[in-house]
Amino acid sequence: MTSSKPSASFRAAADRCLTVVLVGAAAIAGGLVLWIVLFIARESMPALLSIAPWRFATDASWHPQDGLFKITPMVAATLAISLVAMCLAAPLGIATAMFSSFFAPARIAGLLRRWIEILAGIPSVVYGLWGLTVLVPRIAAIQAPGLGLLAASLVLALMILPTVALTAEAALRSVDEDLLRGAAALGLDRTGTALHVALPAAKNGIFAGLVLATARALGETMAVLMVAGNVVQMPGSLFDSIRPLTANIALEMGYATADHRSVLFASGLALMLMVGLLVALSTMSSPEATDG
Amino acid sequence: MAEPRSHTQARDFWTATVLWLGAGSVLALLAWILGDLLLQGVGRLSWGFLTEPPSDAGRSGGVAPMIISTLWILAICLATAVPLGLAAALFLTELASRRTGRWVRHSLDALAAVPSIVFGLFGNALFCHVLGLGYSILSGGLTLACMVLPLVVRTTEAGLSNVAQEIRQGAAALALSRVTTLRTLVLPAAAPALLVGLVLGIGRALAETAALIFTSGYVDRFPESIHDSGRSLSIHIYDLSMNVPAGNDTAYATALVLVVLLIASQQLATWGIHRWIQPERSVR
Amino acid sequence: MSFPKSPSALSRSIAAAAFLITTLVGCGSSDDSPSAQTRITLTGSSTVAPLASEIARRFEERHPDVRVEVQTGGSSRGIADARSGAATLGMISRDLAPDEQDLTAFTIARDGIGLIIHADNPVEELSRSQIASIFRGEISNWSEVGGREAEITVVNKAEGRATLEVFKQYFELTSPEIRADVVIGHNEQGVKTVAGNPNALGYVSIGVAESDIQQGIPIRLLRIDGMEANIETVADGSFPISRPLNLVAHGTVDGPAAELVEFSLSEEVHDLIEAQRFVPSRR
Repeated sequence: MTSSKPSASFRAAADRCLTVVLVGAAAIAGGLVLWIVLFIARESMPALLSIAPWRFATDASWHPQDGLFKITPMVAATLAISLVAMCLAAPLGIATAMFSSFFAPARIAGLLRRWIEILAGIPSVVYGLWGLTVLVPRIAAIQAPGLGLLAASLVLALMILPTVALTAEAALRSVDEDLLRGAAALGLDRTGTALHVALPAAKNGIFAGLVLATARALGETMAVLMVAGNVVQMPGSLFDSIRPLTANIALEMGYATADHRSVLFASGLALMLMVGLLVALSTMSSPEATDG
Repeated sequence: MAEPRSHTQARDFWTATVLWLGAGSVLALLAWILGDLLLQGVGRLSWGFLTEPPSDAGRSGGVAPMIISTLWILAICLATAVPLGLAAALFLTELASRRTGRWVRHSLDALAAVPSIVFGLFGNALFCHVLGLGYSILSGGLTLACMVLPLVVRTTEAGLSNVAQEIRQGAAALALSRVTTLRTLVLPAAAPALLVGLVLGIGRALAETAALIFTSGYVDRFPESIHDSGRSLSIHIYDLSMNVPAGNDTAYATALVLVVLLIASQQLATWGIHRWIQPERSVR
Repeated sequence: MSFPKSPSALSRSIAAAAFLITTLVGCGSSDDSPSAQTRITLTGSSTVAPLASEIARRFEERHPDVRVEVQTGGSSRGIADARSGAATLGMISRDLAPDEQDLTAFTIARDGIGLIIHADNPVEELSRSQIASIFRGEISNWSEVGGREAEITVVNKAEGRATLEVFKQYFELTSPEIRADVVIGHNEQGVKTVAGNPNALGYVSIGVAESDIQQGIPIRLLRIDGMEANIETVADGSFPISRPLNLVAHGTVDGPAAELVEFSLSEEVHDLIEAQRFVPSRR
């Protein structure tokens, strides 16, 4: 090569400089999540110190301006919405993945994937808008006000469907070809191959995808805020208006002060812990995926 | 294909039917959403809609200030996240020991899973209050930068690690410095991945709302500097659909603009990759 | 193929590093170099915000060197931001509370709070005690108050909103006893929710409701105990649920902010106040 050759010492200096930059960047990138956790924790400290932890469950209600901080109905709302959404999205998403991996002609499978990728990119606020203007009036026709657990879960299910479908499809595609050919050679039909060979082989990947989708569901804010109705109460039926944690933060952050603000940060911390647990779970279930 | 026995053929038929129905209903749902978006949004769309400021709380007029604010926020987000992400990705592929690398990756995965409202809380507390930036485009852009960082790092890293080890060994044999190797061999080969990371970051940033409400604010005017508050397109959609009676049409039109921007950036990435990778592969 | 010399690569990586460091570290100190403009920030009540924006626009036309930013979030935020200095002026749509006497209030207009229903709802009037019972959940069907056979959807304001405070005070309600079906933030969100639900009952700023009715939004203001809820009854003082719209300041206001306050109190903005269907305050 004709590259000019600077002195060895200069090259060493350049390398060292580069090293410093890269290490610094990696330290920032790698430390950011810890920084965020610590920062949110710092902001929630005043509340956690001055409010006894059981009061988040035993206070009469959520009226932060009167010093009442019961957050359990909102935790329940978050869990209920995510659960119903997962029950809807998981079967549909996995079925879509099975379809495009084993039953669809290649062209249709490709088309389907492109569609789903587009949907994955649609902003949550647009799903919220659609839910508010299309779904809510239809649900309200069954039982007013339409805003509530059902509307929020349906919108959320649509939003996490692409995550489930795309991760499940990737998992199914990565199943060893030989395994599938072997199954076919044994005379297994396509249904049998898909259900009893491919699905078990891909179950770790699919599970990781489901966990990821659940994490997304727990943390989703805008779409849910727009259609959940936002009344703080324990979810009792599908039509109940409820307020999940994320919506509560978005609603009240604008004017919260002192302990109130601090409790909102604490609920953000709680949210992060829930999501963190799920991510840890998904990492453990697919160790090969993380060493990429 | 071997002739299957009739009962398995029947079973395959039914499975296929169920799955066709499942996938079909997914497609139908998606078509419903996009169709609504198109039908309800296209009526308000015009050249003026893109170039005029809003009036009457957004019911009439356009979305020009939101487009400008969105682009500003995006620019700040990318100007921070891309260099940082590239450097972090280079660290992961070139320098990191196995253990350090695993730690950084785990930490980035955790970061990627942080709910956007938590980024909003963090950005509000750190950028708006502690650093005193207030509700501004700068605060919003920096908050989004934290959010898209994992995406940029992991995509770029994937591209960098695809660069064959032989290239690097060859470069080392030629006694090229690490800087030269990176600049002349590794980076060009990894450029498409960086581009994909960039576009994915754009997509995530464009779509974001929750992290921006309490960082960039929602003043619906042309920003004059990055210290001004600026309302993104996504926040405009939220505000119109929640807080403006008779604002749905404009909300849909704005949503249409945003979705078109998103799809366009996706397509651009696909096109760029094909153009960038293909010649290299065919020439050599 | 010619390779650039590695010094240029070096300088680039240094430039990149410098860029990173300036973006990350420098952002803290960068707010001391905005443009030559003076910036006035107003935050708070969503009832006052649209009016304040209009006033600000006119004020800016006369003072091109001043930029006024208006952000909503509720009266509580107005109080908090004025105290912390995050806003130059707070906007609140109620009187200052006894524990808020560290602030100075400037009343720019008056507004009422009216009960709204969907235009298709046949009910014309409710009494004070009926309304209180509905919000307590003791009455849950429109047929109990002379309407159709349909569940009432109770639309309540979120905590921290002045409209809620004034409403609770007049109807002698406490937050925990209110049984709501939907909780809303902005006035306009209340209007929108009621306009989209024929059986909803909500309460919003009369000014906002009247402007929206003029726009053709399908809602109606209810009579309360025989009193019409409209801008005239608020103006002549016969409508009982009314409140001042205030700008509040912490400490003394001076410079352009003082000019803005003065301007907002002057007759020059009365047409703007009336266009928003509020009542100009008389000095």
